[in-house]
Amino acid sequence: MELLDPTSEISPVRRARKVPPDKIAGLTVGLLDISKPRGNIFLDRIEQRLADKGVTVKRYKKPTFTRPAPNDLSQKIATEVDLVIEGLAD
Amino acid sequence: MNPAGMNEGFVLVAKRDCPTCELVQPVVRELVAGTRPIAVYSQDDPTFPEGVAGVRDDRALEVSFRLAIETVPTLIRLEGGREVERVVGWQRDEWRALTGLNSLGEGLPDWRPGCGSKSVEPGILDELEIKYGQVPFQARRIEIGEHEDEFEAMYSRGWSDGLPTVPPTRLRVHRMLKGTARDPGDVLGLLPPDLQPLTVEKLAINAVMAGCAPEYMPVVIAAVEAALSEPFNMHGVLATTMFCGPIAIVNGPIARAIGMNSRGNALGQGNRANATIGRALQLCVRNVGGGRPQGVDRSTLGTPGKYTFCFAEDEAGSCWEPLSVERGFAQGSNTLTLFAGDGVHGIVDQQSRTPESLARTFALSLRGVNHWKLAQGADAILVVSPEHERTFKAAGWDKARLRQELETLLLLPAEEVVRGAGGIAEGVPAAALGDRKTVPKFRKGGLLIVRAGGDAGMFSAVIAGWGASGPIGSTPVTVAIKE
Repeated sequence: MELLDPTSEISPVRRARKVPPDKIAGLTVGLLDISKPRGNIFLDRIEQRLADKGVTVKRYKKPTFTRPAPNDLSQKIATEVDLVIEGLAD
Repeated sequence: MNPAGMNEGFVLVAKRDCPTCELVQPVVRELVAGTRPIAVYSQDDPTFPEGVAGVRDDRALEVSFRLAIETVPTLIRLEGGREVERVVGWQRDEWRALTGLNSLGEGLPDWRPGCGSKSVEPGILDELEIKYGQVPFQARRIEIGEHEDEFEAMYSRGWSDGLPTVPPTRLRVHRMLKGTARDPGDVLGLLPPDLQPLTVEKLAINAVMAGCAPEYMPVVIAAVEAALSEPFNMHGVLATTMFCGPIAIVNGPIARAIGMNSRGNALGQGNRANATIGRALQLCVRNVGGGRPQGVDRSTLGTPGKYTFCFAEDEAGSCWEPLSVERGFAQGSNTLTLFAGDGVHGIVDQQSRTPESLARTFALSLRGVNHWKLAQGADAILVVSPEHERTFKAAGWDKARLRQELETLLLLPAEEVVRGAGGIAEGVPAAALGDRKTVPKFRKGGLLIVRAGGDAGMFSAVIAGWGASGPIGSTPVTVAIKE
C-alpha cells in the first residue's frame, strides 16, 4: 500500500533511529537475556564491566528466544531503564 | 492516434448489460461486415455483441475512459486518427448519417436512449482517473510494507492524534480534492509552529485521515483560513500552557446541507461532520505545522476539545439573529467562526421563567470563566438551548438585549476582584483597576452568543475562551465559506 505523506516533509521518509546516549554514567541499563545458551555468561561479564563504571544494572530474561518478549516484560523494561543491551545470538 | 489505435473508420463501445446495446446487435454485425474498419469494444463481456468477431475487451475500461464515454452504445467516426463525430444511444437517422449507410437499422425503432457507461459508474471514474488519468500529486509517497498494518504504520509515524486515522491513499485524496474547486497546489498559508506551507492537497490528505467527506472541504478550508489569519494567532493558541484549542461554529445553509448537528448533543459526539471538520484542522496543525503536545504545544492540561470541536448554530429553530449576521455577514451566508476556547461548562437553571432571572443565572456562570476574580482576560461563548431561549423569546429579548443585560450584570465590583480580596491572591491588579469602581468581566466584543441544542432541557453552556483574548492573544475570526 502506498500513502500520501500528510506532513510538511521536512523529515526524511526513512525514520532515524533513536540517538544512543553519548555516555552511560548515571543511567540505568537493562540487560536482556533472551534465553539462548550461555547468554548469561556474556551478560554477567557486561554487568560487571558496567558496575565498574558506576552504572545501575537491571537484569531481565525472556521465557524463550523463539518468541518476541511478552508484553508485560517489554513494558516493565521500558518503564525501568534508560537503555537495554540484549544478547542476540549464542 | 486515438485510443483505439486507428486512423479511419468507426469505434463502437457497448456492454451486454444494456437493452439498447442488445437491440443494436444486428446493426453492429452489419457494420462489421461492411467495408469500413470498425473497432467494437465491450465493457463487460468480450463475447458481446454476439456474432461479431474480434470484439475488443475493455473490461479494464481504459479505452472507454480515454474516449470519455458516458453512454453506451456510443458510435464514433474517425478521420486522420481524430474523432470527428459521435452519436450516443440508438438514433437511427444519426447512425445512418454518421456511417453513410442509408438502410442501417431497418426494422428497429427510431430511437432508444442508451445506458450509462460502466466507466462513469459511481466510484469507478475516480479510480480510472487515478489509473489512466495521470492525476498529479505533489505529496511524497510513503510505501507501507506488505506485512505492515497501515493503521499501525500511521501511528508509528506520528501522524495520529491518538485515534485511528483513515489511510490517505491517492484515490481517497483525489476524491477529497473533488470537494473543492481550489487548485490542489494552492498554498493556503504557512502553518505554525513550523511555518510550513499548507497546500489544498496537504489539507485534503489530512481531511481524509480525519474522516471527512469530500463535501466538507469548503468548511475545512474556511477553518484553516480562519486559523491562519493573524488575529486568530494559531501559534499562540497551540503554544500556550492554558487549555484552549480551536473551536469552529458553522452558520448558514451549508451546515444542514452537509448534515452538521446543531440540535441534541450538538457539542458532543456522534455526528461525522462535526467530529471530522475540527479534527482535520487539528491534524493539519500536527502534521503540517508540526505542533505536538509536549513539543511546541505546551498545554498544562489541554482539553478533550483539542481532538475536535466544531458545531453549527441552530438557525432554523431560533428566533435570534445568527452569529454570522451579528458578525457582519448577510442573512443566509455560509460562515465559519473560529474561537480559541476551552471545554464546556454546563449551566443548569430549571426554575427561571423570566428573562431577568435567567440572565442573572447566565451572568453568574459566565463570571466563573478563568476565575471569578479575573476580568478582561478571556472571551467566552454562551450557548443557549431552545428551552432557555424560549424564555427570552416570550419576553421579546433578542440577542442584543441579552448581551446588553449581561454586560451590566457582569460589571464586577473592583473591591471584590482586586488581588488579595476575599483572602485570594489571584485577581485584577490594583493598578489595572485604577480608581474604577467596577470592571467589565469581558472585553468589548468578547462575549459570543449562539443558539444550539436539543428541544428538551433547561440547560445552556459556557465555553470559556483562552485567557489571552484580543490583540494580545486570540480574537475570534469569522470567514465566508466558499464553494
